[in-house]
Amino acid sequence: MPKRLGKQTVIIESNVSIISSAAIVGVKEGEGPLSNYFDTIIEDAEWGEESWEKTESKMQREAVMTALKKGNVTESNLHYLLAGDLLNQSIGSTFGLREMGVPFFGLFGACSTMAESLSLAAMLTDGGFSDYSAAVTSSHFCTAERQFRMPLEYGGQRTPTSQWTVTGAGAAIVSKNGSGPYIRHVTTGKIVDMGIKDPNNMGSAMAPAAVDTMTAHFQDTGRTPDFYDLIVTGDLGAVGRAITIEMMEKNGYILDKYDDCGCMIFDLEQQDVSAGGSGCGCSAATLCGYILKSMTDKVFNNVLFIATGALMSPTTTLQGETIPAIAHAVAISNE
Amino acid sequence: MKKYTKEEYKKYVEQKSPNSPLLKNMLFAFLIGGAICVIGQGIGDFYERVLNMETETVRALVPITLIFLGALATGLNIYDDVAKFAGAGTLVPITGFANSIVAPAMEFKKEGYVLGLAAKMFVIAGPVLVYGIVTSIIGGLIYYLII
Repeated sequence: MPKRLGKQTVIIESNVSIISSAAIVGVKEGEGPLSNYFDTIIEDAEWGEESWEKTESKMQREAVMTALKKGNVTESNLHYLLAGDLLNQSIGSTFGLREMGVPFFGLFGACSTMAESLSLAAMLTDGGFSDYSAAVTSSHFCTAERQFRMPLEYGGQRTPTSQWTVTGAGAAIVSKNGSGPYIRHVTTGKIVDMGIKDPNNMGSAMAPAAVDTMTAHFQDTGRTPDFYDLIVTGDLGAVGRAITIEMMEKNGYILDKYDDCGCMIFDLEQQDVSAGGSGCGCSAATLCGYILKSMTDKVFNNVLFIATGALMSPTTTLQGETIPAIAHAVAISNE
Repeated sequence: MKKYTKEEYKKYVEQKSPNSPLLKNMLFAFLIGGAICVIGQGIGDFYERVLNMETETVRALVPITLIFLGALATGLNIYDDVAKFAGAGTLVPITGFANSIVAPAMEFKKEGYVLGLAAKMFVIAGPVLVYGIVTSIIGGLIYYLII
């Protein structure tokens, strides 16, 4: 049977499971609606480290170690680490995982990295190249703010379309030696740029990428949205979420059971996050915390997870460039 | 399948994106910005009437005091909490200038005192200084040539 399905989708033929996962989040995320689902809520932005970059690295490392422990897998059994974050040169991942002694692929897909790493882990496993792989992703509010925006204590005002970078890390262990939830399909996104320039409105910049990948997934698989009991995008926030629903409807797909991690991880009314959460850690912590645990509890049985990324840098923003975006989809099932 | 052109999408996004609450923002900017000015006036009156200082000295001392207070409030993590509501009300007064220098100085200390703190201290205030000085030179030249 051919493994490719249509232009963008591949079938993961063998039973590739996410055997365990772990999510570590910051204080604000720990006060949000999903707080019961996280493995660790760190006590402050530093978590005992000298710099926020070191904290983010520690979060990645601890997320992997926790996930390994939960899956009864030792580091020496890991064949691949697939990891990424938002920082220049992906230092959150490389510095966090440098002592693990495991073959490492560093990834950058902005906030789509959780789906990107999970996609590649599933393909490596299905291809027979890996017995155990870890997909890891993180972001930290303070490291992201200082790289992409302003110093924390600077007195600025946020626009209603802006989003709050999640402090969080998620790790998932992928292997054939498990009993689900299984990764069944991977739909890899194309870079989509609809000409949005405002870095304070990334939901709008990323929504067309989510729509593009979601539509490709349905066309390639012949499925309709009602096949899934949860379709979830990464970090579009309230504005991007509304746009996605409308654009998908115009494409002929009604999204009834759809939500966005950026809207789920925070209480948008109470937590002063404008349009919602963003950052790699947003979809990573929501998937590795809430969604996968809910799948184990059979609350959800078929989930389409679509992490979305805005592929810009502070340099391109200053040079007046538009924001290219990407979305990768992973279909996860209990059956 | 609906295909948007970039122009169409831009218009659609503008329509879907909530605008900043202008009236509320302006009201808070007026009230809090005004309050900072009242505090400045109060400090000036205190120096002049209670401490019996000369007007020229007071004119120099009031901004110095306000800069100190802005820097202190930044260091105590208060300034940005107020600025969230005040917007231009905390940005425009001289306290905002102090905040824009102290905030990066605090944050980039971790990269060292020279290339971190000292170099990054002016990332926000630098342009204000450059164009402020250039404008005052032009203003000075006009003043010199005409009067």
